[in-house]
Amino acid sequence: THKMGETVDTLERCCVSLSVNPSRGLMDEKFIILVQKALPGFQLTIHASYHCEDGNSWEAFAHYTADAGGTVNVSQDTSLGGTYSGVEAMGLLWSLRPVPGSKPGLRLRKKNVQTPMEVTISVYQGHQTEGFVDQVPLASVLVERWYMAPGVCRIPITEEGLTATLFVPAGNGPFPGLLDLWGGGGPLVEYRAALLASHGIASLALNYLTPKTTMETGKMVDNQYFEKAYKFLQQHPQICDSRIAMLGLSLGSAFTLKMAVYSQVMKLRCVVCIGGSHVQPVDGSVEQVLGYMEKNSEKTRFTENNEMIWRDLLLPIPTDPSFKVDVGRLKCPLMLVVSEDDQNWPAPESAKDMKEMMERAGNSHLLTVLSYPNAGHLIEPPYTPHVRISMFRTVVMALWGGQMVEHSRAQEDAWKKILIFLRENLYDIKRNVRAEIKNTYFSSR
Amino acid sequence: QLSPVRSSVMSQTPPIVSVLPTRGLVDEKFKVLVENLPPGRPVTVRSLHHSDNGHYWEAFGFYTSDHRGTVNVSKDQSVGGTYTGKEPMGLLWSMCPVPGSHKGLRLRKLNMCSPMLVNISVHSGHEGFRDGAPLASVLVERWYMAPGVKRIDVQEKGLLGTLFLPPGPGPFPGILDLWGGGGGLVEYRSALLASHGFATMSLDYLSCGQPVFTYVETAFNFIKDHPQVIADRVGVVGLCLGSLPALYLAADSTVVKVVKQITSPLLLVSGCDDQNWPSFETAEDINQTMRAAGNDHLLSRLDYPDSGHLIEPPFSPHFRASTFVTTNKRKAMILWGGKTKPHSDAQEDSWRKILSFLQQHLCCSLNAKL
Repeated sequence: THKMGETVDTLERCCVSLSVNPSRGLMDEKFIILVQKALPGFQLTIHASYHCEDGNSWEAFAHYTADAGGTVNVSQDTSLGGTYSGVEAMGLLWSLRPVPGSKPGLRLRKKNVQTPMEVTISVYQGHQTEGFVDQVPLASVLVERWYMAPGVCRIPITEEGLTATLFVPAGNGPFPGLLDLWGGGGPLVEYRAALLASHGIASLALNYLTPKTTMETGKMVDNQYFEKAYKFLQQHPQICDSRIAMLGLSLGSAFTLKMAVYSQVMKLRCVVCIGGSHVQPVDGSVEQVLGYMEKNSEKTRFTENNEMIWRDLLLPIPTDPSFKVDVGRLKCPLMLVVSEDDQNWPAPESAKDMKEMMERAGNSHLLTVLSYPNAGHLIEPPYTPHVRISMFRTVVMALWGGQMVEHSRAQEDAWKKILIFLRENLYDIKRNVRAEIKNTYFSSR
Repeated sequence: QLSPVRSSVMSQTPPIVSVLPTRGLVDEKFKVLVENLPPGRPVTVRSLHHSDNGHYWEAFGFYTSDHRGTVNVSKDQSVGGTYTGKEPMGLLWSMCPVPGSHKGLRLRKLNMCSPMLVNISVHSGHEGFRDGAPLASVLVERWYMAPGVKRIDVQEKGLLGTLFLPPGPGPFPGILDLWGGGGGLVEYRSALLASHGFATMSLDYLSCGQPVFTYVETAFNFIKDHPQVIADRVGVVGLCLGSLPALYLAADSTVVKVVKQITSPLLLVSGCDDQNWPSFETAEDINQTMRAAGNDHLLSRLDYPDSGHLIEPPFSPHFRASTFVTTNKRKAMILWGGKTKPHSDAQEDSWRKILSFLQQHLCCSLNAKL
């Protein structure tokens, strides 16, 4: 029969075993990849493959050598090369890159958060760098990475003229709430709000640039739009009305800071700003803030590949107080996440200026600054692949900055600290208890 | 004694309950942690499951939060409920039908492609914990099928079965999975074995209308000849009645005193309080026969005191009796035996050892060959 006389190759194939634990995890959870029963000293390549919803394919790979017991443990062993090197438990995710032949400027963003990201992890014989698609691996497993924990509910919101998506954690509540503002890059993305709800915070991803009202009337939203979103959270039966935070990334930080300081309606427990600035016409609407940046667009610089650098548009930091949010008046804790190689927004300079304003005003005890060398603008949830450049609104190529390894470390560290910051402020967890809980909770992951 | 905290106070600073992992295989352990409680408060941690056939199952443990306001189910002692002591997985294996349920229920998942959903919640107080709404809860998924496992209906060569293939190119070691006299096509152990890398087929050998041993041989050959199975690495797992065809295949013979002819490694798992099948006595008899025949080096035994007949995958709830529909369609209450805690320990221990036995004999090691 065709199965008689199986070759050594087949026996090798059946011998090597591959496991990833957990096989179903949240996007921010670590996994352990284990190859076992290889020959001692066996050279192998571990490969990750992901097919995006938009049809693009991403891959990562690393070279290992099995130890005396025939085992490779990615969390403990050294990658000798590939898309990452060294000891990197999660390298196969954060070093994913578009496969050769892909369009330039791609970015990995999941639109449908109700299904998991499915990553195929495989083991190949030898140290390989290409042609994976044409070979049969020794073993292969499928790993699911979820933005939504079981029981999290996704609810599209259209009342009060809002265009938003609410994610409510499993259980009755009441839960703390969070208003999540993305940047100027495109349609509403939901994945961060989904992940925050998986951590027990009812989160509203708010579309403030292209909501239904703007698409229908051509008019941008006013500042009351943000207050309506806050009130919606306050009045929600499963949300605790006095425990609401706000988180903004990039352009979203501008409106987050404006509302946190000046809104009479919004009483926020705490605020997080990632890659943002306080520089804007403080009395300005969304349209006017965008107009202010547009006016300065001649300060755009270009790389040798014609990628746009926008960090100078808001520089130098003005001295005129009508052009920067007066953070000295802030009454709640503020966390600034700053990437030192941010080529898109002047986050480091803004953070420095905000710190000085708060020191002068006497409220700098409210401020926490996380600053990451060689990280770029797009601080995403942990293990999201870093992109140094990508298409912005399908029209131009923007330079975000950052180096892959340091950027990935920044994402992981910032997320951990953002979650602790949100928990402390939304749950009133006492300072001396906090450290122990952090050790208990995070060490068990 | 500190009084239980009322919900109205708690809603201001709600506790946080978390389970890691939230999505796991049914044989994986989880950690249940409750945080942000006031210190020294009595609370109940409870699990609730709504089964495929509409019944509610629950388990609960009574705890007291420590000075940090936390309860860690993996480390702390339950002082009452459906389990006591330090039991990380007690919220699963000690599940029983909720008060008011029918008698004689058995928990079995029918649909392999969806997970078992378990709600884990924390309540104020101990006795009377049901009176108030839960303070916090979290939903957990328990899966029989790992991602990428394929479920394939088998309806050829007169066979009625379900094949589960692990993810990957293969080829894989194979297993024929034979359930007991309860009949029908029971898939969950096969799905779980496939999640551990074995191409496994469940077989309905009772309603096939053919002589059982011939039918089972056809099934065994089907697996052996499958393009994604390694032909000389196929084993058989049999539970209860299914042990008979399994032993027959192990002996590769039609001779009655089949046991003397066994030529493959054999693992016998017996519950010593088995009230349905004399499994311990049978194992002893097999042992003696094989010793006399000189092939007892092939035999391994696992005997579990105070365990009953139904040794299921780990953390499956134990029940001493359940209703059973006999071959002449009569409903009877069958006594399976066993005490819950020892039986649950047996399930966990035996599964680990079964997997190890299967891996040892079906997954070759190049080291051993060289």
